[in-house]
Amino acid sequence: MGKENKNSTLEAANLAIGYLLKKKKEILISKNINFSLQKGELIGLVGSNGIGKSTLLRTLTAMQPKLNGSIIINQQDSTTLSIIQLSTKISVVLTKAPSVSNLSVYELVSLGRYPYTNWVGKLTHSDKQSIEEALQATEVLKFAQKKCFELSDGQLQRVLIARALAQDTPIIILDEPTTHLDLYHRAYVLKLLKKLASEKEKTILFSTHEIDLAIHTCNKMIVMTPDKVYFNTPDMLIKQECFSGLFPSEIIAFNTETRTFSIKK
Amino acid sequence: MMQASKKYRLYYILLLLTLCFAFLLNLSLGSVAIPFKEVVSTLLGGETSKTTWQYIIMNYRLPKALVACIAGGGLSIAGLLMQTLFRNPLAGPFVLGLTSGASLGVAILIMGAGFIGGFTGSLLLDTWSITAASALGSFLVVLVVLSATFKIKDTMAILIIGLMFGTFTGAIVSILAYFSNAEQLQQFVFWSYGSLGNVSWTGIGILSLCFVMGMAISIFSGKSLNALLLGENYAKSLGVGIKKTTLLIILATSILAGGITAFVGPIAFVGLAVPHLSRQLFTTANHFVLIPATLLTGSILLLLCDSIAQLPFTEYTLPINAVTSLFGAPVVIWLLIRKRKLVF
Repeated sequence: MGKENKNSTLEAANLAIGYLLKKKKEILISKNINFSLQKGELIGLVGSNGIGKSTLLRTLTAMQPKLNGSIIINQQDSTTLSIIQLSTKISVVLTKAPSVSNLSVYELVSLGRYPYTNWVGKLTHSDKQSIEEALQATEVLKFAQKKCFELSDGQLQRVLIARALAQDTPIIILDEPTTHLDLYHRAYVLKLLKKLASEKEKTILFSTHEIDLAIHTCNKMIVMTPDKVYFNTPDMLIKQECFSGLFPSEIIAFNTETRTFSIKK
Repeated sequence: MMQASKKYRLYYILLLLTLCFAFLLNLSLGSVAIPFKEVVSTLLGGETSKTTWQYIIMNYRLPKALVACIAGGGLSIAGLLMQTLFRNPLAGPFVLGLTSGASLGVAILIMGAGFIGGFTGSLLLDTWSITAASALGSFLVVLVVLSATFKIKDTMAILIIGLMFGTFTGAIVSILAYFSNAEQLQQFVFWSYGSLGNVSWTGIGILSLCFVMGMAISIFSGKSLNALLLGENYAKSLGVGIKKTTLLIILATSILAGGITAFVGPIAFVGLAVPHLSRQLFTTANHFVLIPATLLTGSILLLLCDSIAQLPFTEYTLPINAVTSLFGAPVVIWLLIRKRKLVF
């Protein structure tokens, strides 16, 4: 693990997540979270509803404070990074699509250049190049001049991924990027993320309920269960029988041969 | 994105020409008929056939037209800022209780002066103290709405809190009115009608100062405002300091809306309707395009409303606050019917 840690872009050590209430009361959601994510990897985060997937992602992106442990981004402790430094390390795609109906696709994607532009947000030549590349990589260049309200859910999701790409960060974190999408678009988005991770050498972490698809496409996975948080390759996780513990076994069972879940009759 | 493209240049030129036209029209209309040629020659410093005409233009109509420009533009910018900050198309200086805060400040000053005592009371009633009372009133409301913003994440709840503030301050104003004498009551009621014509050249100086400060902060916040379009969490991930930005935006709004309301009284609907008009016209959400567009549209609108309020060629004048509502409400309804969905 020593060598891996040295190259890691995003690392969690003994991380505990949850909410801080008033009077220093803590609501612990999950603890002892350990993982080390590398360049060029696509990592899926799975777990049942309410287990703390969103909380983990929000903690990693500094939208809420951690309770304990440490988050290390590019060898630096996240607490030492300012909000502006952090914006050049991690970009996000959130579950709830922003209501930006009056922005064109190009304008929305160019907002990703925010950390790099001057006070009036003037786009330089290199900014425009990054935007163009992001539009191309996500195959949305052809409707760059369209307004966001004219797009389908699948197209909008690609545009939001393009915006994250334009932010030019080593790490991209997506919260449930495949919800609201049909099977084709779910597979499309996951394939796109896989391609971006390997071709652009990004670390891409996303949460999802599509466990079958995630097992199929991800390099590594983080599996959150009530007792423990697992981190490994999908193959190893199947061997360790982690997926069987995801849901109550009297209703849903994981078949290690077909790598799918089935409902018990 | 952030640079105004050539496409917008034509719109800006058209708006500027309309503004000039509306400005001259506003100067030419009034209870005394002054020929258009004489108006222009007075403005250019030339001779007029009657010295009274020159006096009317220089000391009454010109200041009034300037105030209309500043008030219309400033209130519209304040509305734009609030709509983006709260990500709510219904927000505006009026909806969030800013104007009711201002009216409470002025009510306490005018009608509460009676409680303090005759002499000190009358001393308090100059332009400066009315400005201060109004600005203070709206700033206090803003602080309450702001602290609510940090506690609850739901923007609808914040709007309801603003609405509650309107009702609350309205009640206090009623109680003050109940105990005050006829003269004070009249003074306050006239203030609440809104009036563009009562501002002296000194007043215009103070008003311009508020306007320039508010505008400077707005323009300075333009980049953060654009990021805020994506919502607070996205903005944060882009490196926007949310607390600092929110404070700046609210500061700009209270300087603009508070200052303007102090001098001209409450003016309804301009702040709400004009940003939507500019968005429809320029079909963009980019604030570096919208800020000048909203400014120009707001000035034009209030100049036209004032021209109507003058009821040209009669000796009657309508309260400006009523005219803007008469105009503003149908505009918002028309927008909703035309678009079915409000582009925001």
